[in-house]
Amino acid sequence: MSDDIRKPIREFISAKFPQISLADDEDIFALGFVNSLFAMELVMFVEKTFGVRVPNEQLRLDSFRTLDAMADLVGGLTDSARLSAG
Amino acid sequence: MSPGETIGSTIGTKPRQGRIKCVVWDLDNTLWDGVLLEEGRVSVRPEVVAEIKRLDDLGVLHSVASRNDHDAAMERLESEGLAEYFLYPQINWNPKSSSIEAIAKAVNIGLDAVAFVDDQPFERAEVEHMLPAVLTVDVAELGQALSAPEFQPRFVTDESRIRRDMYRSAALRDRLEEDYTGTNEEFLATLGMHFTIAPAEREDLQRAEELTVRTNQLNSTGRTYSYEELDALRQSPDHVLLVAGLTDRYGTYGKIGLALVERGRPAWHLRMLLMSCRVLARGVGTVLLNHVMSLAREDGAVLRADFVETGRNRVMYVTYAFAGFREAERDGNRLVLESDLRQIQPPPDYLTVETR
Repeated sequence: MSDDIRKPIREFISAKFPQISLADDEDIFALGFVNSLFAMELVMFVEKTFGVRVPNEQLRLDSFRTLDAMADLVGGLTDSARLSAG
Repeated sequence: MSPGETIGSTIGTKPRQGRIKCVVWDLDNTLWDGVLLEEGRVSVRPEVVAEIKRLDDLGVLHSVASRNDHDAAMERLESEGLAEYFLYPQINWNPKSSSIEAIAKAVNIGLDAVAFVDDQPFERAEVEHMLPAVLTVDVAELGQALSAPEFQPRFVTDESRIRRDMYRSAALRDRLEEDYTGTNEEFLATLGMHFTIAPAEREDLQRAEELTVRTNQLNSTGRTYSYEELDALRQSPDHVLLVAGLTDRYGTYGKIGLALVERGRPAWHLRMLLMSCRVLARGVGTVLLNHVMSLAREDGAVLRADFVETGRNRVMYVTYAFAGFREAERDGNRLVLESDLRQIQPPPDYLTVETR
């Protein structure tokens, strides 16, 4: 399930930065290429692709720091959406 | 919804000062006497040219919508030294409404910010029918029409005079970016961007006021400040008011950022941070913030920042969040964000930063 989350995000990042090959737990911000534009695009991509809205209080650097962290974030948001819908 | 967002609802109900940002001109029997393709010789109307130049100085943009032979008409405009005044001229055989739509889209303004001047009732009626938001003007009533408040910009700053040049260089960059085959990051590196940060001087204040009024997306609070307020804050020993500018090899983007900080212990307090949407796609949103973070850290303080969720400024929240800020207080849509300043990102490689 969480690989379904990591794969599209990895592809999104690779398309922007073809020279980077990213491990699941690698800190993308330590790679030094993150600007505010990329940050916003990443948030938008995650929200659109997985049909979630990240509440502002969960919009933290740490939630987007690694592919693992993003998978956890999206997993948590889709779970809570399912609960409130059910 | 904040009070600032209700302004748009007055469209069409009363004149709005400075509403018109671009005037679109017909050519035959409007800009010049005669019909170019029939008479070959036409003479430009000096009183119309004078109005174009006057509005250009005030920062109002111009374009052309003419049913004509493109090359012949452009050649005529060039020979009069007028071609450079017109952004994205539409000289073709399409309906004028579609030309005006193309101009508004290219300049990135709403149709309610466009005026259209033509001598022919038929053309004006076609535009009025298809695009009711556009203000149409009969060239016979030009003087009177252009003295209306719609054509008087709310702000005339040192940037108004160069606004056309900024749009022209922006159009050039857009074309280059469209044709560029590398990544966005590589494209940005080709621009040779130079970012400046300096304390606000008196001559910056009109543009600073304009930025607080016009900036929506990259604006931390949505609060507007008057010239007088900014002038007082600029001279206050407890405050730092910084203005940011951006240039690249193709020209200037003008003054594009503003930060107001209140010095204090144990925290400096960032009361306002904003960046013009002109630079939204340039990846420079964090540069000014990072500079303020560095100043606070050098002073041994942490940094707190006011933030108001306006519904339109989420990109600014993301900027703070990704710079390491967390919510310290929340009261409805009014927040205080805080960073311990342990981590401050260096500026991106693709630009140089100069601080004064």
